[in-house]
Amino acid sequence: MTRKQKRLAIIAGLGAVLALAATLIFVAMRDQIVFFYSPSEIHEKAIAAGTSIRLGGLVKEGSWKRVGETSDFVVTDGQTEMATHYVGLLPDLFREGQGVVIEGSVTADGSFAATNVLAKHDENYMPKELVEELKKRGEWQREGAPL
Amino acid sequence: MSIELGHFALVLAFAISTISAIVGLIFWKREVLAGYLQQGAVLQFVLVAASFAALIQAFVVSDFSLKLAYEHANSAQPLIFKITAVWGNHEGSMLLWVLILVIMGAAVAAFGRNLPKDLLTLVLAVQSLIAAAFTGFTLFTSNPFLRLSPAPFEGQDLNPILQDIGLAIHPPLLYLGYVGFSVCFSFAMAALISGRIDAAWARWVRPWTLLSWCFLTLGIAMGSYWAYYELGWGGWWFWDPVENASFMPWLAGTALLHSALVMEKRNALKIWTIFLAIITFSLSLLGTFMVRSGILTSVHTFASDPTRGMVILALLALFIGGAFSLFAFRASTLRVGGLFAPISREGALILNNLFLATATVAVLVGTLYPLLLDALVGETISVGEPFFNLTFGVIMAPLLIVLPFGPFLAWKRGDLIAVTQRLAGAAGLALFAAVLCFALTGGEVSLAPLGLLLGFWVAFGALAELVDRAKFFRTDVVTSFKRLFGLPRTAWSTAIAHFGIGVTVIGVVAASAWQQELVTTMVPGEGVVIAEHQVTFDGMEHVEGPNFVSDTGRFAIRAPGGGVRTALAERRVYNASGQPTTEAAIETYGFSQLYVQLGEPQADGKSVVRLWYKPYVTLIWLGCLMMAGAGFLSLSYRRLRVGAPRPASARAAAE
Repeated sequence: MTRKQKRLAIIAGLGAVLALAATLIFVAMRDQIVFFYSPSEIHEKAIAAGTSIRLGGLVKEGSWKRVGETSDFVVTDGQTEMATHYVGLLPDLFREGQGVVIEGSVTADGSFAATNVLAKHDENYMPKELVEELKKRGEWQREGAPL
Repeated sequence: MSIELGHFALVLAFAISTISAIVGLIFWKREVLAGYLQQGAVLQFVLVAASFAALIQAFVVSDFSLKLAYEHANSAQPLIFKITAVWGNHEGSMLLWVLILVIMGAAVAAFGRNLPKDLLTLVLAVQSLIAAAFTGFTLFTSNPFLRLSPAPFEGQDLNPILQDIGLAIHPPLLYLGYVGFSVCFSFAMAALISGRIDAAWARWVRPWTLLSWCFLTLGIAMGSYWAYYELGWGGWWFWDPVENASFMPWLAGTALLHSALVMEKRNALKIWTIFLAIITFSLSLLGTFMVRSGILTSVHTFASDPTRGMVILALLALFIGGAFSLFAFRASTLRVGGLFAPISREGALILNNLFLATATVAVLVGTLYPLLLDALVGETISVGEPFFNLTFGVIMAPLLIVLPFGPFLAWKRGDLIAVTQRLAGAAGLALFAAVLCFALTGGEVSLAPLGLLLGFWVAFGALAELVDRAKFFRTDVVTSFKRLFGLPRTAWSTAIAHFGIGVTVIGVVAASAWQQELVTTMVPGEGVVIAEHQVTFDGMEHVEGPNFVSDTGRFAIRAPGGGVRTALAERRVYNASGQPTTEAAIETYGFSQLYVQLGEPQADGKSVVRLWYKPYVTLIWLGCLMMAGAGFLSLSYRRLRVGAPRPASARAAAE
C-alpha cells in the first residue's frame, strides 16, 4: 500500500465508526427516550397505553392505600388525577401532599402502572420538571423554597 | 479570628495566582522567571491549604458564626462528619477543588526541575491562570467565609445522606482526578504557545495523565459503590448526568493515556494528543459546570444560584474557547511524525482512541441533549439506561474485542496472524468459561453469556501477554517464572489494567443478568429463601445514634455452605432535620452480595423487606481497583518517574 492508500484506509475506517455511532445515537434517540408528562398532559396528548413515560405530580392527600408491598395512590396536578399502582418499596420521603416523579406506563383502563418511584434527596427537594410543570399550571405555592 | 485569616489567605492566593499568570504568560521566554513561578505555585498551595484548614477548624469546633458551618453542620455530628461537612456543600467543595488545583501546581513546581525553563514557566503560568479564575469564582460568588451575627446556638444538619464515610473518600479522590487533568491541559497550552511539541513533551505529560487517571478511576469506583449501598441513588450506575460528568473525562483521559504513549514512543499523533489533553480537562470543567450550576437536580447540586451558573459558563467558554483558538492557530505548524502500517501497535492504539472518543461523544450527546432540548424547546425528556446501553454498549464491544491484540502487536508493523495464533489459547479458555457459565445458569438464551465471553476474553487476553512474554510452555517452568518476575513493570501494569477491565465487565454482566430480587412482608420469626440463602427476620429494635434514632431490623442469614450471620438493616431519622434515611444491610459472600433493605413499618406490626442477591457484584469495583493499582504500579517504575525525563534524542544517542 502506498502512503496515500494507507491514509485513505484509516480515514475510511474512521468514517465508518463515526457513521455507526451517529446511526446508533439517532436510533436510540428515537426509541429510547422517555418523556415527562403531568396527568393533564397525558390526558390532553392522549398518550397511548404501554408507552414508557415519566409522570410527575403531587400525591393526593388521603389517597395512599397500602397492602403489604403494594401501594395505590392518586397523582394530581390540580386539574387531572391519575390513579397509580405500584409494587415495591417506596422512597423514604414518599408522602401524601408531596411531589413525585414516577416511571411507568398508562394501562388500558387509564390508570398508571408504575415501575419505579424516583427517590428524592431531602424533604425540600422537588424534581425540577415538576416545579416547572406546576408553575405552568399555577399550582406552585412554595416560591422561594430551596430546590 | 482564624476564619478571617483563612479568608485573607485565600485573597492572597488569588492575588499571587493572578500575578503569576499574567507575568508568566507575557515574559515566559525569560529563564529567570521559572524560579519565581515555582515559588509562587508553592505559595498558592500553602495559602489555600491554610484557608482550607481554617474552614476545617471552624467546623470541628462547631463555630456557627460561620454561615457555612451553621447551614451544613451540627454539634452532635461525629467528628469525621464535621470534617467532611466542609466539602458537603457548594462553597466548601469549590474550595476543595481550588485546593487540589494548587496542590497539582505545587507538584509540577516541585517535580518539574528538569523541565526546560520556558516550558516550566508556561505550564505554571497556565496553571496559575486556572487557579486565579477558580479562586476568584470562589471568593466572589461562593465565599465560604461569610459570618453570621448573632451566631446561632446550633447548626442545621449536614444532609443525612451525605453523613457517610463515602463523603470522606469520594470527592477528594474524584477531584484529584478531575482537577489533575488541569496539568495535562497546562502542558498542552504551554506546548502550543512555545511550539515545543515532541516526544519529550509526551514523556513529561504521561505521568501526570496517569496519576490523574488513577485517582479518577478510584473516585468513580468509590462513587459507584457509595451510590450502590446508599439505596435511592439508583444502584451502582444510573447514567445520571452527574455520573456521566465524571465518566466523560475518564473516557477521554483513557484515550489520552494511550495516545501519549504513541507520541512518546513513536513521535506520532501529536496534534491528536494535544487535542485530547485539551478535551479531557474541558470535559472536567463541563462536569463542574453541570454539577455546580444547578441546571441538574441531584444530590451533588447543593444550591442553585443562576449567577454562579453563568459565571462558570463564562469561565468554561474562556478556557475551552481560548484553548481551541490557540490549537487552531498552532496545530497546522506541527509536522507529522513517525510512519506506521495500519496493523501495528500504533494502529491498535489509534483504534482504541477512535472507539473511546466515539463513546465519549455518545455519552456527551445523551447527557447534553435533554438539557439543550429543555432550554431551547421547553420539552422535558429523560435519556436513561436504554439509550446508553444501545449506544455506549455497542461502541465499547468492538473495542473490547480488539483490546487483547494491542499489546501483542509490534510497533510500526505487526503480524496479525502470528498474534492471533498466540492468542488462540486465551480465546479457547474464554469460550470454555463462557459456555460453562451458560450451562451452569440454566442455558437461558440472552446477551449475558456473550457479555461474559467478552469479559473473559479481555481478562485472559491480558494474562496471555504475560504468559507469552515469560515463555511459559516454551521453556522450563523455573526459567519462565524467572522471566515473569523479571518483566518490566510497564508490562505488568498493562496486563493488570486490561485484566481489571475484563473483571469489571464480568461483574457488570453477572450482577445485571443474574440479580435476584424479592419484596415481601415479614413478621418477626418469619423467614424467606433467596438464592439459596435462608433469611430470617428476628425483629426490630430501637437504637439511638449520636445524632439520629434508628429502627433497626435484625436478620439472620444462613448461607448454603453453613454459618449464620447477623445483618442489621436500619431506618434512621436524623434529629436535627427530621429527615429519614435507609441503611441497607449488605453481606458479602465470596464476590457476591446479599442486600437487605427495610421498608416503612406497616400498621399491623409487619415490615416490608426488600432483598436482592447480586452475584459477583463486587467484581465491578475490584476491576476498577486493579486498573488504578496498575496505574500506580506503572508510575512507580523508575523510567517513567516525573523527575527523570530525558528527551527522545538524548535517549537515542545514549543507546
